[in-house]
Amino acid sequence: MMERKPPKPRDDLDDRLSQFRNERDAANGRTRNTDSTNNGLGFAMRIGVEVVAALVIGVAFGLFLDDWLGTKPWFLLVFFVFGAAAGMFNVYRVVQRQGGAVGYRQPDTPAPEVSKTDRDGE
Amino acid sequence: MATDKHGGEPHSPLTQFEIKELVPFEVGGNSLAFTNSALMMVIAVTLILMLMLLGTRKRAMVPGRWQSAAELCYEFVANLIRDTVGNEGRKYFPFIFALFMFILFGNMLGMAPYSFTFTSHIAVTFAMAMVVFIGVTILGFAKHGIKFFSFFVPPGVPLWMWPLMIPIEVISYLSRPVSLAMRLFANMLAGHTLLKVFAGFVPALGAAGVLPLAFVGALTGLEFLIAFLQAYVFAILTCLYINDALHLH
Repeated sequence: MMERKPPKPRDDLDDRLSQFRNERDAANGRTRNTDSTNNGLGFAMRIGVEVVAALVIGVAFGLFLDDWLGTKPWFLLVFFVFGAAAGMFNVYRVVQRQGGAVGYRQPDTPAPEVSKTDRDGE
Repeated sequence: MATDKHGGEPHSPLTQFEIKELVPFEVGGNSLAFTNSALMMVIAVTLILMLMLLGTRKRAMVPGRWQSAAELCYEFVANLIRDTVGNEGRKYFPFIFALFMFILFGNMLGMAPYSFTFTSHIAVTFAMAMVVFIGVTILGFAKHGIKFFSFFVPPGVPLWMWPLMIPIEVISYLSRPVSLAMRLFANMLAGHTLLKVFAGFVPALGAAGVLPLAFVGALTGLEFLIAFLQAYVFAILTCLYINDALHLH
């Protein structure tokens, strides 16, 4: 697939290494993280707080608006629901694409063609 | 100095989180004292610097112990960024690396007996989360300008749904620093409190105290895992947020 370059002194090993990595990364977009053992646990750690955090923000926002505009319970009620919805969405998104909290679509990444041995060789 | 205004007895499981002023210092009525929390931060930074300086001193082809440890940390964060952000993420390596190491060392130092866990204070974690949040928001604006607001409109949502979706998206965006800060803070606080509570059972139960003692041993192992995991989660979420800001959706 690529021509072998003659071996060079080790001084430019870093250069060649980074060049190789650049080429490889460019070839397959970015590689996905598939084989990390702590990924699953770290993933689970993230979900729990998402609902609470969104709810806190929603309620705080509602209370602030009520306080400011003098519309005692209404904004709180509305934003409580928004906050709950946002929390659900956050969890849904985390579970769906294992990505960030905002946004739906995964940027189209071609399936990585890097074999297991290539990845371990880093 | 620490006062007993809360009336807490000295062996409450929460005394470990008390902030003590080591070197009192005041500016205009605000205390800027050097506290035990600040001391632990200084120790953490010193240890990180030591690890990195010792690790990079020799630059051997075949790394020694220190160099291996330093390279391990470097590779871990570098791979994390490559996997989540891709090549454009390299610019942000120093930031994420510093963040990860600081939290990791803070958590790990907290595992030493009689020490203080500065990551168990929401003031600390929220400050870090806000730095990430504000930085990512500025990054998004710098990259995309006004188009950044399209972030709050999920693609493929019909126009009549917008009034419903935009508040939800804004709330979900604003909830990021809160969840980021709360996760780290709550995990550290709960874990360390739990350890102290179970340790308190050991003398109270006499001979049966071996049971909670064994449990404390197991919990300590779990706490080490969590200490690492929380630093990892903080770093990976920062990466994901940077990725979001760079690419929108």
